[in-house]
Amino acid sequence: MLVEGIKSRPQYPGLIADCYANHHVIAADGDGAQAIIDLFNQHGPQIKGRVTIVYAETLPNSADYTTRLKQLPVEIVHALPTVVTAIRRLTGVLHVARMGTRIYAAGTETMIGLTVQLAQELGMDPQAVLTEHRGTMARRVQCVHCKGFTENVKTNIVKCAHCGANLLVRDHYSKRLAAFQGVCVDAEVPGELPEIVEVFK
Amino acid sequence: MNQEFKKETFRDDYTFSNSPESIRRFPFPFWEDKYMYSVNIEPHTKGPAGSVFEFPIDINEHYVSEMADRAIVLKEDPLRCQALPHMMLAQWDFLELLMTSMARDYPQWFSLKTEGDNWHWINRPLNIDQKFVFGDPSTLPYEPMEYIGRQCQGDFSIQDQRDGQLWMDAGIITTQADWSLDFDVGMNFMEWHGPVPLAHDMKVFDRALKFLLNLQLGQPVRRLNWTMTINPRLDTSPENYNKWGKDRTTVTPENVGDKVHLRVELQALWRLPRSNAILFSIRGYLIKMRELVTVPKWGRRMHRVLKSLPQELIDYKGITRYRDTTLEWLSQYDDGAPTSQGGGPD
Repeated sequence: MLVEGIKSRPQYPGLIADCYANHHVIAADGDGAQAIIDLFNQHGPQIKGRVTIVYAETLPNSADYTTRLKQLPVEIVHALPTVVTAIRRLTGVLHVARMGTRIYAAGTETMIGLTVQLAQELGMDPQAVLTEHRGTMARRVQCVHCKGFTENVKTNIVKCAHCGANLLVRDHYSKRLAAFQGVCVDAEVPGELPEIVEVFK
Repeated sequence: MNQEFKKETFRDDYTFSNSPESIRRFPFPFWEDKYMYSVNIEPHTKGPAGSVFEFPIDINEHYVSEMADRAIVLKEDPLRCQALPHMMLAQWDFLELLMTSMARDYPQWFSLKTEGDNWHWINRPLNIDQKFVFGDPSTLPYEPMEYIGRQCQGDFSIQDQRDGQLWMDAGIITTQADWSLDFDVGMNFMEWHGPVPLAHDMKVFDRALKFLLNLQLGQPVRRLNWTMTINPRLDTSPENYNKWGKDRTTVTPENVGDKVHLRVELQALWRLPRSNAILFSIRGYLIKMRELVTVPKWGRRMHRVLKSLPQELIDYKGITRYRDTTLEWLSQYDDGAPTSQGGGPD
């Protein structure tokens, strides 16, 4: 359980335009807005059909991002205050989506992960979601003991927001849960913790 | 084997032990005096009478008590048994494989009569008599995988095959060596093996996956895997690691022989006929160090394997804290004499 340096992590190859889609649903949070702007700058002419953006304004400068997103040739920008509300709105958008819809996700791993999870729940191939990571490397972590999720984890060890266990954040990620695995780090000798350092910046 | 089923526990007072006969048939996994990963897969064919390989599904003296322990785990945590919706056909394949194997090989304990889709299953050791319609989940008290999984030793996962990958989309896992079905369900072969050290660089998983994608119906294969466990605890899940983890600090020179257990998994892989899914059976065997050293060859070899094990594997298998104490205790059973090839007792 003390092992680190394990390999397994989703790949986020970057946004590219799907020139065959007739509806582009783009979810983003924080600096993910810049990835959308870059996408339009580089591939704008290839983006045909409707464009729907769902944006979580999670940063202090997010309102500026929203203004710039609204200047893009898109049908609508849904600006929501948090990732959770953005995902809720995205759910509504995707529930009425039709054949030919392409989903994009940009921003934090949490935003990308929850978007991919939603796509999967709606019966789409999670690998078909185009993704680009921007911003913090903070992780969403599920406690393997109480199953609660702790958001925005920046350190190697984190106290579970639910049961209070000291969790080692493992490099083991579940797309279904959109979370990394957290396992009690001091189960063998309670209180014996490795040095806590910020590793996911 | 023609033995009584033992009444014993795998938690709290830990009354589990092996009979001398059970020790002799233990699937000792080390065929030489050192250990490293390999794709050690061989056909799952009939072995010598009395051995764990005699029948495809091995039922032994611990059967009734192991099933009681599984029932406790599932009562406390239903997420140990999960199946994604598209796996129902594979669940029935799995039920058929187990019922037919068990009834054929252990007629004194199990009976299966079929008339078309009307099936009649009798499990005498567990006092179960069930008539049901094959293919109709509403005629069983649980979904098919859970129903038969509660009646057969070993953990089971079922892998869907698509896109040149295997996806762990169902399983009943209550005796696992520290991995979480609830976390891993829905993952592909490379993803769920992500945390295993060293083996990725050795391309072990690439070769294994390629092999498994071509697994043929009626030609199951098997391999042995191993770890070590403190106390004869079956439920060494990560879910409960915060409860059993501290046991690793309780090993002393005085109690090594009774507390430290070698845990061997007889893993078998079977192509399922209707769903084309792959069943992975993980049949666990526990043996105390004190029981193990009653076979002199095993005592010598266990000492040598543990001594030469790479540090990454010591950490991964969770042996770090009690390895030295165990080594010291085992050393008194290693006189340096040469050992014969193969895992069996001399």
